[in-house]
Amino acid sequence: MTAVSATRPPVEPEARFARRFITPEGADLRLVLGSGGDRAAAFLLDILFMVVGLIAFTLLIAWIASSVGLKNAEPWGIAWLLGFFVLRNGYFIAFEAGPRAATPGKRVLGLRVAARDGGRLTAEAVFVRNFLREIEVFLPVVFLAAANAAGDPVQGWVVLMGLVWTGGFLLFPMFNRDRLRLGDIVAGTWVVKAPRRSLAADLAASHDGGGFAFTREQVSAYGVKELQVLETVLRARDKRTMTAVAERIRGKIGWYKAPDERDDAFLTAYYAALRGRLEHRLLFGHRRRDKFDKA
Amino acid sequence: MNGDLKSHRFRAEREADWKTLERLLAKAEGGHARRLTAAELMQIPLLYRSVVSALSVARATSLDASLVDYLEALATRAYFFVYGARAHLGDRLARFFRHDWPAAVRAIWRETLIATAILVFATAAGFALVWNNPDWYGSILPDAMAQGRDPTATTAFLRDALYHDAKGQPLSFFATFLFTHNAGVSILAFALGFAFCAPTVLLVADNGLTLGALMALYASRGLLVPLGGWLSIHGTTELFATVIAAGAGFRIGWAVMFPGPLTRLEAARVAGRTAGAAMAGVVVMLIAAGVLEGVGRQTIRLDWARYAIGGTMLTLWLAYFYLPRRET
Repeated sequence: MTAVSATRPPVEPEARFARRFITPEGADLRLVLGSGGDRAAAFLLDILFMVVGLIAFTLLIAWIASSVGLKNAEPWGIAWLLGFFVLRNGYFIAFEAGPRAATPGKRVLGLRVAARDGGRLTAEAVFVRNFLREIEVFLPVVFLAAANAAGDPVQGWVVLMGLVWTGGFLLFPMFNRDRLRLGDIVAGTWVVKAPRRSLAADLAASHDGGGFAFTREQVSAYGVKELQVLETVLRARDKRTMTAVAERIRGKIGWYKAPDERDDAFLTAYYAALRGRLEHRLLFGHRRRDKFDKA
Repeated sequence: MNGDLKSHRFRAEREADWKTLERLLAKAEGGHARRLTAAELMQIPLLYRSVVSALSVARATSLDASLVDYLEALATRAYFFVYGARAHLGDRLARFFRHDWPAAVRAIWRETLIATAILVFATAAGFALVWNNPDWYGSILPDAMAQGRDPTATTAFLRDALYHDAKGQPLSFFATFLFTHNAGVSILAFALGFAFCAPTVLLVADNGLTLGALMALYASRGLLVPLGGWLSIHGTTELFATVIAAGAGFRIGWAVMFPGPLTRLEAARVAGRTAGAAMAGVVVMLIAAGVLEGVGRQTIRLDWARYAIGGTMLTLWLAYFYLPRRET
């Protein structure tokens, strides 16, 4: 097997972000890092939530201020300013320091912040990674705003230089393997996928054979890869795909379709039989990767 | 033949445990960790270990991809809870105030000293510039910050600005604006440190210039002492917070530039840990400064009282950070 693994085909995109992560128990959790797209989407969502929150907060303050009369409006102006300040600086910190270590945007994308060394995520690290957003995000925005306002050419060049410089910070995650942004580097954190999955039904459980009996040759036609494709097909339960796949398999293993045979029943039975065979071989140390694998 | 699949039996035997763990984690992650009973809390690490071992077995013997994915996700979630669980919040806060914060500030004393020197130097420069030629004032202090306090203003107006009653309200809108602005400056001074320290120097120097210019303006009307009171009541805390933030930024910038025996990444992380604790403390200081500025300065209008409060705060901070203490 080791000789084979040297000539393995290029890794799939999913595997590009997979990292070994050994727990103290010695098990490898195989963490998957959040991709650049996921991160950006989560951030945009968070900004959206912040803006919506700010608008709601502003309306609330305006409503209170107008109902008490404009003469005494100053305290409400102050409340608004403080609220804005807390929201801008506290949103990310408060959520990431919480038990789920993720902002609402990250939760939607199934991401969370974790310490790179596998230790616990400290509040200090959360502070650091979010304070550095100042130069990664807010500073480029300031320069962009200044670019609009800049009148004379010299000022314009200064702004352009500033934009290029801070843009480098903004795009930093695109240039390293682990998609670390500046804040992650300094805080010793990274952003990993932590989706919540529910346990799907075992496809091999609901079936008792159903009158299908396959020969050894018939259940030796495929390997693990095909088995898992079949699993996906069975879980999706798309009728046309199932018919097509069933036809392919029947052709491959030389199975004659009985007149009243249903495709899903056939596929489920074959899935269970194939998995039984492959798992049996697995116990003896043979992992048949795909149908081309002669192991 | 299928009911006999070993991987299916394996799953059927353990499924209830997994579901229990999932339920407990949902409860804990929902912020209701306190609502978990002691027995449940004890149960989580045990269940976690059984899931980790089940994951290893499943990877080796089961070809049910959805099962392996599920166990991976569950084990990861549980891992973060078991190994990421914080100590009781009260304990952590106590530790932060008793040890982590002053230790972090002490650790960056050199950087803080440099930031202070830059601030003092820039203040002196700003003072000298405006003292010798008031035309400088306009280019140092933007109008939004000056709020009419410029060389054309009357002495009476300038004096009023220091003892402004704000119609009996403790907190004026402008004071709040200044507070959020200055707090933003501190955070920015820290963040800019990463860019090889230079922008932090500029930012601190810019603040010093402003301060010096304002002092020169008031000194030219013989109002330096009252201005000192007006500034120092909260300024000792706020400026101290700013130089610590700048010092923390320097620490990170320096580590990135000169990582020493560590890799650059590792050096940044080590510096970040110290700087992070210092910055968390800076936030506390800024809040204290905000309260002093918003409430204290508007209600206390005696110069000597303002000086006394400012001086006391400075002494307290210095003692808190730098007095030698027994390590526990």
